[in-house]
Amino acid sequence: MNKDESIKKVLLLGSGALKIGEAGEFDYSGAQALKAMKEEGITTVLINPNIATVQTSEGFADKIYFLPVTPDFVERVIEKERPDGILLAFGGQTALNCGVELYRSGVLERYGVKVLGTPVRAIIDTEDRELFVEKLDQIDVKTIKSRAASDVATSLEIAEDLGYPVIVRAAYALGGLGSGFCDNADELRALVEKALAFSPQVLIEKSLKGWKEVEYEVVRDRFDNCITVCNMENFDPLGIHTGESIVVAPSQTLSNDDYHYLRSLAIKIIRHIGIVGECNVQYAYDPSSMDYRVIEVNARLSRSSALASKATGYPLAFVAAKLGLGYGLFDLKNSVTQSTSAFFEPALDYVVVKIPRWDLGKFHGVKREIGSSMKSVGEVMAIGRTFEEAFQKGLRMIGQGMHGFVENKEIKIADLDEALASPTDKRVFAIASAMTKGYSVDRIHELTKIDRWFLYKLQNIMSTARELEAYDTVDAIPEELLRQAKQQGFSDFQVGRSVLKDKMVQPDRTILDVRARRKSLGIVPVVKQIDTLAAEYPAMTNYLYLTYNGSANDVDYLGDHRSVIVLGSGAYRIGSSVEFDWCSVNALMTVKEQGWRSVMINYNPETVSTDYDACDRLYFDELTFERVMDIIDLEQPHGTILSVGGQIPNNLATRLDSCGVNILGTSASSIDNAEDRHKFSAMLDRLGIDQPRWRELTSMDDIHEFVAEVGYPVLVRPSYVLSGAAMNVCSNNDELVRFLQLAANVSKQHPVVVTEFIQDAKEIEMDAVAQRGEIKAYAISEHIEYAGVHSGDATIQFPPQKLYVETMRRIKKVSSTIAKALNISGPFNIQFLAKDNDIKVIECNLRASRSFPFVSKVLKINFIDLATRIMLGLDVEKPAKSAFDLDYVGIKASQFSFSRLQGADPVLGVDMASTGEVGCLGEMTSEAVMKSMLSVGQRIPTKGVLLSSGTAKHKAAMLEAARMLDRRGFRLYATEGTHRFLQENGIASTQVFKPSEPDRQPQALDILHNHDVDLVVNIPRDLSSDELSNGYKIRRAAIDLNIPLLTNARLASAFIRAFTSLSTDSVEIKAWDEY
Amino acid sequence: MRQTKRATLILEDGTRFEGRSFGYEAPTAGEVVFNTAMTGYPESLTDPSYEGQILVTTFPLLGNYGVPPQGGSPDLSKHFESSRIHCKAIIAQDYAWEHSHWLADRTLADWLKEEKITGLYGIDTRALTKHLRDSGSMLGKIVFENDDDVDFYDPNAENLIAKTSCTEVKEYGPEDGKRVVLVDCGIKHNIIRCLAARGVRVIRVPWDYDFTTIPYDGLFISNGPGNPDFADATVANIRKALEIGKPICGICMGNQLLAKAAGASTYKLKYGHRSHNQPVRRAGTNSCYITSQNHGFAVDNDTLPADWEPLFINMNDGTNEGIRHKSKPFFSAQFHPEASSGPRDTEFFFDEFIALL
Repeated sequence: MNKDESIKKVLLLGSGALKIGEAGEFDYSGAQALKAMKEEGITTVLINPNIATVQTSEGFADKIYFLPVTPDFVERVIEKERPDGILLAFGGQTALNCGVELYRSGVLERYGVKVLGTPVRAIIDTEDRELFVEKLDQIDVKTIKSRAASDVATSLEIAEDLGYPVIVRAAYALGGLGSGFCDNADELRALVEKALAFSPQVLIEKSLKGWKEVEYEVVRDRFDNCITVCNMENFDPLGIHTGESIVVAPSQTLSNDDYHYLRSLAIKIIRHIGIVGECNVQYAYDPSSMDYRVIEVNARLSRSSALASKATGYPLAFVAAKLGLGYGLFDLKNSVTQSTSAFFEPALDYVVVKIPRWDLGKFHGVKREIGSSMKSVGEVMAIGRTFEEAFQKGLRMIGQGMHGFVENKEIKIADLDEALASPTDKRVFAIASAMTKGYSVDRIHELTKIDRWFLYKLQNIMSTARELEAYDTVDAIPEELLRQAKQQGFSDFQVGRSVLKDKMVQPDRTILDVRARRKSLGIVPVVKQIDTLAAEYPAMTNYLYLTYNGSANDVDYLGDHRSVIVLGSGAYRIGSSVEFDWCSVNALMTVKEQGWRSVMINYNPETVSTDYDACDRLYFDELTFERVMDIIDLEQPHGTILSVGGQIPNNLATRLDSCGVNILGTSASSIDNAEDRHKFSAMLDRLGIDQPRWRELTSMDDIHEFVAEVGYPVLVRPSYVLSGAAMNVCSNNDELVRFLQLAANVSKQHPVVVTEFIQDAKEIEMDAVAQRGEIKAYAISEHIEYAGVHSGDATIQFPPQKLYVETMRRIKKVSSTIAKALNISGPFNIQFLAKDNDIKVIECNLRASRSFPFVSKVLKINFIDLATRIMLGLDVEKPAKSAFDLDYVGIKASQFSFSRLQGADPVLGVDMASTGEVGCLGEMTSEAVMKSMLSVGQRIPTKGVLLSSGTAKHKAAMLEAARMLDRRGFRLYATEGTHRFLQENGIASTQVFKPSEPDRQPQALDILHNHDVDLVVNIPRDLSSDELSNGYKIRRAAIDLNIPLLTNARLASAFIRAFTSLSTDSVEIKAWDEY
Repeated sequence: MRQTKRATLILEDGTRFEGRSFGYEAPTAGEVVFNTAMTGYPESLTDPSYEGQILVTTFPLLGNYGVPPQGGSPDLSKHFESSRIHCKAIIAQDYAWEHSHWLADRTLADWLKEEKITGLYGIDTRALTKHLRDSGSMLGKIVFENDDDVDFYDPNAENLIAKTSCTEVKEYGPEDGKRVVLVDCGIKHNIIRCLAARGVRVIRVPWDYDFTTIPYDGLFISNGPGNPDFADATVANIRKALEIGKPICGICMGNQLLAKAAGASTYKLKYGHRSHNQPVRRAGTNSCYITSQNHGFAVDNDTLPADWEPLFINMNDGTNEGIRHKSKPFFSAQFHPEASSGPRDTEFFFDEFIALL
């Protein structure tokens, strides 16, 4: 064995909060690395403020620090823990950047910490563009290079040399101004002349538009042994970030020569760079020759490597961690077969399709075009034995109301050619529209540059749909056609709609009809195993998927009713992410511990729950009613748990129940009573529990009448959304009318729910677990912001520090009453509004909520373990400890990704916008606030602060904070009203002017551009569109210039109070178990 | 729906798999083997080592990138491994009726029809592979709906080497290069390409040709199909070459024949190695390679004479992947350093041979 025995203690850097471009995949890779270390008997220390992750759970690392992954905090942890080695490759770009800084500043050397795996030198070579190009030049590997010119003649020479088409970019110009493609000298001359008018220099590079994008995941050990674990091909050609592309594994349109040419190059590259562990090589590849360019090399685990691990069953992160300890690949075993070597390349006998999940509809002002920067918030992975099958599965998995490639509600596209040529998040459906309209594959290829092979496959799906549409009843479909449709991934819904068309009024019924018909014909899916070797050797794990392209199951079902199925949470998206993965994994652990066979269904490749050693059987498949029933038919489980995977499983409750599925925990009818607004409201009335007044309305007159009763502002939720804006707060009549005209047609079919909006109320969360209606454990937490900020965006404090005992008592009483009325057995969450001591119930979910991991970890009582034991029918004791016993406080803060979302207004409202969160602990609130705010990317200002603080109330709320800033010597800048208010209160500030008054000086935007301030507090007066557009430019500029921005008075005050009263040095470095 | 003919694969143990035809529609029979490679069907189909076999591809999609032109000459094609298809049939889960690749000039279906080779799709190739893995490679036949039956056919009972070898001497490469005799036991063209690209004069001779009568600087024994026991004539010539003492190298069948000439014996593997991902380790070192393989027989390590030793070992099942003489310039590989199809990580093998000349 070749292990480095000097390594006894290892520090692993996590990736912090989930954000666009850096999401759950690093929970998975970090968790794998920790498992690998544990197996070697090495003590592990983890720094990751993301409290909702699985890796920050008990049993993964020996010491967990919920601290920012920044050089200063990491150095202090190193000073305290004195690790022998550090792992930098498992926490995304955050960990890598932090590690490089620690290396450069000499911290690692000073404390004798060895970087395990790829040396930092090699990391720097891949991160620095110039060094990278230079490095690959040394071995004659081609990269994408741009050359500079400052006149037209030189530009023409360069273009001639590179070969047309070329891309021209104006140097020193923001936002792509003056850039474009040129196919010939005339176009180039015109463009360069224009560009040189406002820029002294242009950069010219070869255009690779329409080239294929292909990537390889490569592993190397210190003995220079290399393997490529997987290659992947992008469905979308070059120009769209791989995170924004539909990706297929393995590549489909590469011949053997193509495949191995690029594979050999990848190995040559990583040998030259000197990677030890895992890396990813991305290529642009000419579709009409064997010409290529290397786009980039990622010297760390990445989104792609997580996908490759799930796509192949090869545990890349686990193996990379072991290689970091000095092992050779030959020392390690293939963990799937447990008999063959880890030095091998997986052979797939299925095809994998990854599809990104976007949530662009959640943001105001964001551009829908997708391109070279990432905007997607999650992804799904679908597995099939035809491309069509995997592709249609994937489109359903993204969970945005699509049923597959065909038989969807038609989307409105103004200019189809444009929609094909300029990709948006909806391009796949533009292709479907084009095919419906009779566009040929060649025409679509011309417009999209998507390889014809993929388009032919989509055409196959379209043709089958057309054939099905020739029939008008389910029973009339010929057996062979029905089988073909299922083999191409048609759902029962799609089959039903194709024949019934508009007459499918009860889809739930039709789905059952299709199901019954195909079962009577023996058209049922089979279960196949992912075994890394395409059946060449027997597999020991149960990593499974379902397909209609097969005749035999790989699993022998015993029919012993010992399985307990846990439904996972699907794609990460705004509102549902790693916290439900934590819940799922914990439920699986308890199920297994209690002697049942733990079975997982989920399809998110970024998760730990889809790691095949997280459960006894993993079905990497859809969470649709149809697929869940298919699996239940096969498994014949003891029961199914719906309450730990968020809303997707919860929504299946009624339908599964009506098919006789044994739902463990709270009954389906209780779930329905909480989910159905009318039933729930009636129940609250019956129980005498207060709630904000609301009404479901079908005409403008009724709406006006209701608003007259409750007064503005009101919260308006259209049931049928046209614009993508899901809900809005309307402050006056004009806004209400405008919003409703813009967003929804109010009618009998499309009612609108209008709710009174209570201002300046506290929002309080009750997370609890009950058994047969009796609460066994609970956690009450309070939002720092007043109600109006979505609970997923709010900063949450637990235990609450500023709630009246009376309020707490009432909340507990109301919760007990509701738990009893709904006879809850399992996890649940209730959200309250509190003003003075009046409390109102806003929402109740009979499932685990987003804050379960946070409260469980702060309280150190695992609510999911408790809930799962209850759902398995075990009697549980009430835990002896309560929140009142804690002598520390936890703060959960939200991570926003506005910098990735060009144009989006970074303001918070009733619709959730955050992509992730952190949770930090402190002896007191300020300390926990400071740690958590620094963890989500806020920085402590050193120069000046720009204040622009909305209403008189906001101004008053900010006064104390402004005073503290002033006292600490910060230079304050303020917009007109705020400036006057500060003056009246004896605080000096420099008045600046809003962009709406461009003639007056100094301009707020100039202050930002000059970086005179390093914190912006900009609080909109209200959420009306006029007010929002006023501050928009300032807020957006702050984001684009990377200046920390706060838009909520209470949160801004809390943060300012924290950093003016505490220094970062005084923050205690304490591990979770030291609290 | 596309109207295609139903056909059935019947294994010698009676197991049946129903599928549909996309190739030439005539019954056929052979030995059923599976290959887990994800690319390379034009190379595999023209690889003489598949002579007489029904090839099952475990990767479910087949035909994606069509078929390139043969290119080059019949004696040394550019994109194929020989001038014709050697398999009896090819079987996959799903066939791509439309292909896409700049180099392709026809579909796989068209090519199979031209060469009168059967092709089936719609068969659960994973279930079939598991059956072959558990029960071992076996004979099979394909019969079409409402069509004639055929008898099972055992290619291993026939001298396939003689069937696939060239019949006359051919030369390649620069005339002034070092002279390498290349014994054609059913050669893949890429072996010729790999040698010629290294500047040697390749003298390709039939399998039973007595090359000891001509001057040469090195001897290279090619791959080939079937059972090595049929190649006694080749083994006898290799024994003479061992006496001559010039460098000797071999690939696949060449490894087995060199071993037999040295005095070792071979045996048939349960289901062989046919894939692009076989890990081998150079004996006694930390150097490992991913290799392309295609063989049903193997050298028995335990029967190697005292002055010989294993050169490479399969890291999955410990079988022999190459041998070498402890002191003389004789060595060979069971895997395919010439790849085509498959990974090219072991092409250095040719350099090691050339360096000895």
